[in-house]
Amino acid sequence: MNATILQRPRSGAFPDEYRYDHRTVEGFILSSIFWGVVGIVLGLLLSVEMWLPAANLTPWLAFGRLRPVHTNGLAFGLGVGAIFGLFYWIVMRLTRRPLLFPRLARLQLWLFNLGIAAAAVTLMMGWTQSLEYAELEWPLDIAIVVLWVMLAVNVIGTIVKRREEQLYVSLWYVLATVVAVAVLYIVNNLAIPVGLGKSYHLFAGVNSANVQWWYGHNAVGFVFTTPILAMFYYFLPKSTGLPIFSHRLSIVAFWSLIFSYMWTGAHHLVYSPLPDWIQTLAIVFTMFLIAPSWGSVVNGFYTVGADWSKMRTNYLTKFFVLGITFYGLQTVQGPTQALRVVSQLIHYTDWVPGHVHMGTMGWVTMTVCASIYYVIPKIYGTEIFSEKIANAHFWLVLVGQLAFSVTMWITGIQQGAMWKATKADGSLTYSFMDGVAANYPYWQMRTVAGVVFAAGMLLFVYNVLKTIQQGRALEASRPETLEPTAAAVR
Amino acid sequence: MAGTIYRKPVLFTIAATVAVLVGTLVMMAYPMVRSDMHPRLEKLRPYTPLQLAGRDVYQREGCVNCHTQTVRPLKAEVQRYGDYSKAGEFTYDHPFLWGSKRTGPDLARIGGKYPDAWHYKHFENPQSFAAKSNMPRYAFLAKAKLDPAEVESHLKGIAALHAKGEVTWTADDVRALADKSEMDALVAYMQVLGTAVERKKGVTEVALDAPNPLSGQPGAIAHGRELFAANCSACHGAEAHGEIAPNLLDDVFLGTNGDLGDGAYFRVIHGGTEAGTFEGRTMQGGMPPFGTDLSADDIWSVIAFLRDQKAHEKTEPPKHEAAEHGKEH
Repeated sequence: MNATILQRPRSGAFPDEYRYDHRTVEGFILSSIFWGVVGIVLGLLLSVEMWLPAANLTPWLAFGRLRPVHTNGLAFGLGVGAIFGLFYWIVMRLTRRPLLFPRLARLQLWLFNLGIAAAAVTLMMGWTQSLEYAELEWPLDIAIVVLWVMLAVNVIGTIVKRREEQLYVSLWYVLATVVAVAVLYIVNNLAIPVGLGKSYHLFAGVNSANVQWWYGHNAVGFVFTTPILAMFYYFLPKSTGLPIFSHRLSIVAFWSLIFSYMWTGAHHLVYSPLPDWIQTLAIVFTMFLIAPSWGSVVNGFYTVGADWSKMRTNYLTKFFVLGITFYGLQTVQGPTQALRVVSQLIHYTDWVPGHVHMGTMGWVTMTVCASIYYVIPKIYGTEIFSEKIANAHFWLVLVGQLAFSVTMWITGIQQGAMWKATKADGSLTYSFMDGVAANYPYWQMRTVAGVVFAAGMLLFVYNVLKTIQQGRALEASRPETLEPTAAAVR
Repeated sequence: MAGTIYRKPVLFTIAATVAVLVGTLVMMAYPMVRSDMHPRLEKLRPYTPLQLAGRDVYQREGCVNCHTQTVRPLKAEVQRYGDYSKAGEFTYDHPFLWGSKRTGPDLARIGGKYPDAWHYKHFENPQSFAAKSNMPRYAFLAKAKLDPAEVESHLKGIAALHAKGEVTWTADDVRALADKSEMDALVAYMQVLGTAVERKKGVTEVALDAPNPLSGQPGAIAHGRELFAANCSACHGAEAHGEIAPNLLDDVFLGTNGDLGDGAYFRVIHGGTEAGTFEGRTMQGGMPPFGTDLSADDIWSVIAFLRDQKAHEKTEPPKHEAAEHGKEH
């Protein structure tokens, strides 16, 4: 199989002016994959610690310190790493030009990896702001702001100097992500430093909670939603050759999504001491958010609906279709959880990690992996190393993710029900420990599901690395193709 | 016309910024200037140097990842933990530590629920209290000494966030930290949590001289034995001969010689003890109320078990080894 590919002329090769930037994109993708593997392995260890407390070997590896390494490693390492790389790819294609500041992007790549490594080490040392998804202490916050400014300068600069007049949908989501993350990250990380690894949140108590969850929920919105939609709107049509079903729907969904997201954070604080009107308003906007979310879901389904045979003939289609399906489920389940009557049962239980992992393992990872499968061969003008392995990867992550989430939903409902169960005389039926003890089989099941998912992801990593190897061999064998050809420029 | 914005990236970016700022202003910025976001309960005090150091340890070890600190205003939750959380309890919390996951129990009302000794023993080995507990051990905190200079710099940070003179401490307070461990600090933090709210006492209508309806029943005694092992033995010892809490098989009740009736036992188990008096006897306090976890029949069963044990020991005194053995578990 490989031999035939190696013989093929580089039909889809890009002109040489992109070569440097493509290496940067590849660097971000490889970094993202590396941190992804680290994050997933730590996730497995954490899942074992849930049912085997002896696995908390040292203070550095104890659950409390390690959980943020898992969440930050995957959100910022895998997620933001892929966002940086794929944003640059998308921006170059949609503006028909290389990056405006290629060396800045390369510097950003190095700083990114240094930052994530430092993040992992300092979190294990116990440097934490105790704010979910904003655990990193102030020196790292500054580094992240610098990284984001680098992204913003390059993305906005390149778009301003573009060689294509119209801004395609993906660029809207790119620009919204750049702006919103900046606002969110800076405000929630305002703190008084009292040492290199210690600071106190500028905000106190109820106010601190409200700022944090305004941030926390929108970190989901603008790290796990809008950038992934940017990828979806670009790579789905590119992979399948099918145009997006409705441009008008894209417009309506985009503006209503970014408008309504920022209102919803307080649904994380239902039944907390936060003033009731904030909780209620957040719940209302969370309900509304179903509409723009499903705008993109409908757009995705009708796009592929033009030719469902793509599910068979193009191996990437199913990643995007399942990805957007889980996005659709996620954006109905999430608002359901915000309702007081549901929140009272499942809030604080294992249901919630089940919900989060459907979004991250289903929607985000499916879409990001498919995008990477698309980009890596394109960089070298080759094909994917093995579609068979990609298909095995697909089924393993699908089964692993479903087993994970469904297990956690069941145990979450059980937990919530045990917490509130009362006997005929009104006294509580179960002690808290009864609930913990009842969770063990489910927690063990989760580890099994996690292993299945991790196995799928390892196949993905192998496939990408082999594709790069194959691409580099091709590049070395055909040095003449490195010359830009007149036809290929613009 | 309407399409021009999709050809003008700067204009587009400004429009997107405005779109995200509307919700931000209403939901995040506007509440900040409202007084209901900055309440303070009258009884609430700033953290002492030792308590703040303990809170720092709580943050560093990531306790917030498994424990919440908000009791929701739901019937079962208030029964289990105590009064629901009030906005005015968190004035000095930078940041809030309400958490989002309850792998372990809520800690908003943990202050004063158990004696210090309970916490030391529990942090050292949580499984000694509940075999199925999945909490990691934190014995290493007992060996880590506090650094008074570091704690003082942290105090200054908190003080800077409040009105002048609101958060105060003396040089002696800070010096006294030198021979405290991180464990001491963490226990001090545990004990202050939720204490700004008056604790509601469990009310029982059981008379002091009420007879035990399950007295002497073999089934109840066996059930009581199981409940005792699960709920009481960690403090009172496996054989009820006392450990960090008193011996339950002698004739001393609440520190005074002379046993009381089953009804008195019921009241203490149901409502716990706190510093004060109980039927003319001085109570030290420290026993948590079990009325939330155990039903009336459960409590009567535990008492039936204790009475049965006591009767046994009267006839055949306990072997010394047995008592020693019990301590190790």
